[in-house]
Amino acid sequence: MSTNGQNGNNQRHIIGVLVENQPGVLARIAGLFSGRGFNIESLTVAVTNEPGMSRITLVTTGDQHIVEQIIKQLNKLINVIKVIEFRDMEFVEREMALIKVRADKQSRAEILRIVDIFRAKVVDVSPNSYIIEVTGDEGKISAILELLNQFGILELARTGKAAMARGKKEYGRKDKPVKAFEREKEFIDE
Amino acid sequence: MKLTGAQIFFECLKREGVDVIFGYPGGAVLDIYHEMSNHDIKHILVRHEQGAAHAADGYARASGRVGVCLVTSGPGATNTVTGIATAYMDSVPMVVFTGQVPTRLIGNDAFQEVDITGITRPCTKHNYLVKDVRDLARVIREAFYLARSGRPGPVLVDLPKDVIQASTNFIYPETVNLRGYRPTIEPHKGQVQRAAQAIRKAKKPVIYAGGGVIHSESSGELIKLAEMLQIPVTTTLMGLGGFPATLKKGSKEFHPLWMGMLGMHGTYCANMAVSNCDVLFAIGARFDDRVTGKVEAFAPNATIIHIDVDPTSISKSVIVDIPIVGDCKRTLRHLISIFEKEPIQNLDEKRRPWLEQIEDWKKTHPLTYNQNSNIIKPQFVVEKIYELSKGDAVVTTEVGQNQMWTAQFYHFTEPRTLITSGGLGTMGYGFPAAIGAQVARPDKLVIDIAGDGSIQMNIQELITAVCNELPVKVAILNNSYLGMVRQWQELFYSKNYCQTCLSAAPDFVKLAEAYGAVGLRAVTPDEVEPVIKKALETPRPVIMEFVVDKEENVYPMVPAGKPINEMLLV
Repeated sequence: MSTNGQNGNNQRHIIGVLVENQPGVLARIAGLFSGRGFNIESLTVAVTNEPGMSRITLVTTGDQHIVEQIIKQLNKLINVIKVIEFRDMEFVEREMALIKVRADKQSRAEILRIVDIFRAKVVDVSPNSYIIEVTGDEGKISAILELLNQFGILELARTGKAAMARGKKEYGRKDKPVKAFEREKEFIDE
Repeated sequence: MKLTGAQIFFECLKREGVDVIFGYPGGAVLDIYHEMSNHDIKHILVRHEQGAAHAADGYARASGRVGVCLVTSGPGATNTVTGIATAYMDSVPMVVFTGQVPTRLIGNDAFQEVDITGITRPCTKHNYLVKDVRDLARVIREAFYLARSGRPGPVLVDLPKDVIQASTNFIYPETVNLRGYRPTIEPHKGQVQRAAQAIRKAKKPVIYAGGGVIHSESSGELIKLAEMLQIPVTTTLMGLGGFPATLKKGSKEFHPLWMGMLGMHGTYCANMAVSNCDVLFAIGARFDDRVTGKVEAFAPNATIIHIDVDPTSISKSVIVDIPIVGDCKRTLRHLISIFEKEPIQNLDEKRRPWLEQIEDWKKTHPLTYNQNSNIIKPQFVVEKIYELSKGDAVVTTEVGQNQMWTAQFYHFTEPRTLITSGGLGTMGYGFPAAIGAQVARPDKLVIDIAGDGSIQMNIQELITAVCNELPVKVAILNNSYLGMVRQWQELFYSKNYCQTCLSAAPDFVKLAEAYGAVGLRAVTPDEVEPVIKKALETPRPVIMEFVVDKEENVYPMVPAGKPINEMLLV
């Protein structure tokens, strides 16, 4: 039956996108989201172990209908090789944050205890501040930020998420080239 | 042997079967123009790059081949953008080549530099900036492949001047290796079976066909399936001609299953049938808002089946029950063979109540108008054109009332005979598109049905038609208004005709003559027929001006956002 898919059931979704490492590919993806009014909460991109291929992990919000459109629209981009939706599967997600926190004589010890509990690291020390590196899922990052907030967070740089399915499944195997003439013939003649 | 980029350009075009380019030269593409005379390719010199893009588009729609357009960098490139967006919205296969400043200057705000791949990213199927002459042949190969395969669309290739000047060994790639591009042509068998079951059970089925039927050349299959299962057919604006409106070209003997176009200015019958059907079978259509009206009330009681080669079109605005991703032609063939093996029992008896109901709707509110005064009604002009061209013309339109009256009163029986900007609604499209269509179909009568507003948007192409001896006919329905906008102002903006009156207008007859074309004018209803006859007899470009009723409206009309069974009628 025909109903519009706006059921207001907005959820966060993590989507992995394997792309050909071509100029403009990030602009195509960003443009797709802005042009069609989809949200991006975070986006990370870096090269993969396979030459010429990059992996983007993005976090978006929307109901199931919107997320379905996002995935279809991503797949439609010529430079997109594979779209992975992390849903109904076991997966690992991590992000990293660099947090510059005010650290004076009174608070230094307490901050170090928190860093220790979260298995984070102090990567820079100055007379009035620490830079803390922390890795984990979103909940962990939020928790440490909340705790450090009382001391005064001077600066924050977060990477956004990277995600990967558990187990053996591999994505992005190289496909065989298709004889273009044959395919077109198939499509046009018949 | 080493070839220059410019030579490679022509070698590739030759291999893609291109015989005509619509273009306009400029600094960045001079090397290509310098090379042109060494190759057997026709170039149609337009007078504005927008005209080149629309002409290439019209050529593609009329022929089913890829339209090609060549322009220079900067303003040459940006002038094609409306044409590219028009082709993108209507899935027209087209390759646009734009010149670009030399690679070392890119990003320096050089003279006539613009980031055209950036600008056209959202309105092309794909685009390329070629930075190395060694990539040129591969990119052109891919561009044509992308433009015509899957859901067709425009592809832009940006060519920096130093790249077309540089030389390399020319190897034309045999294969295209696009890892991220594998259009699904063959439909899923299980889904086709499910669709067949739903159709088998239907008591009140309707076929709603769109431009996909034209692009996939599946009009024959559509007719066969509809007739064999006795399913009434409506099409979108883009689908007109995909199913024959009449049994005989030029007659008013309508096909019994034909209901006319649906949607905002669709027929009463088509809109009622869609609103009341129990199975809606969408074939290569995309549930555009001009078709659906209020989405929640569109085919509210129907099981919806949808074939489309583009998965993003499926369940985009209307959630469908049985999606089938695949080529329309293949899918329809599968369905035909299913029903040939196992026909529907007692079909005539089963369909009778529904087809009687359809007949009833056709009779209660047919498309109509009153030609009783001494003022020409625009619909009358379109009907006369239909009659006198014996329904055998390739018709292009501009956008607005002229377009809707053409859709309603010119009865199309063959694919690729109506060429109109549906998705983008581009005024100024029809005339250059007619030029492209005439190049594609030199044997055919090509008529642009225009309004006095839209024709002025690309009137400069008149000289292109004249000097290339393209005998395109233009029928201007002159109501001295931007008619469709005025109609909305009349109905929804308390008759505040702000800035829609075009009473200050050129003398179209003199204007035609100034360009070396023929100008004709009809002011009274009895002058209409002689003017059209004269135009059709003239083997040259002709502009016919019909001074029509200023405030005639297009009806039926579904106000924006209303369900399509709530129509304003004549």
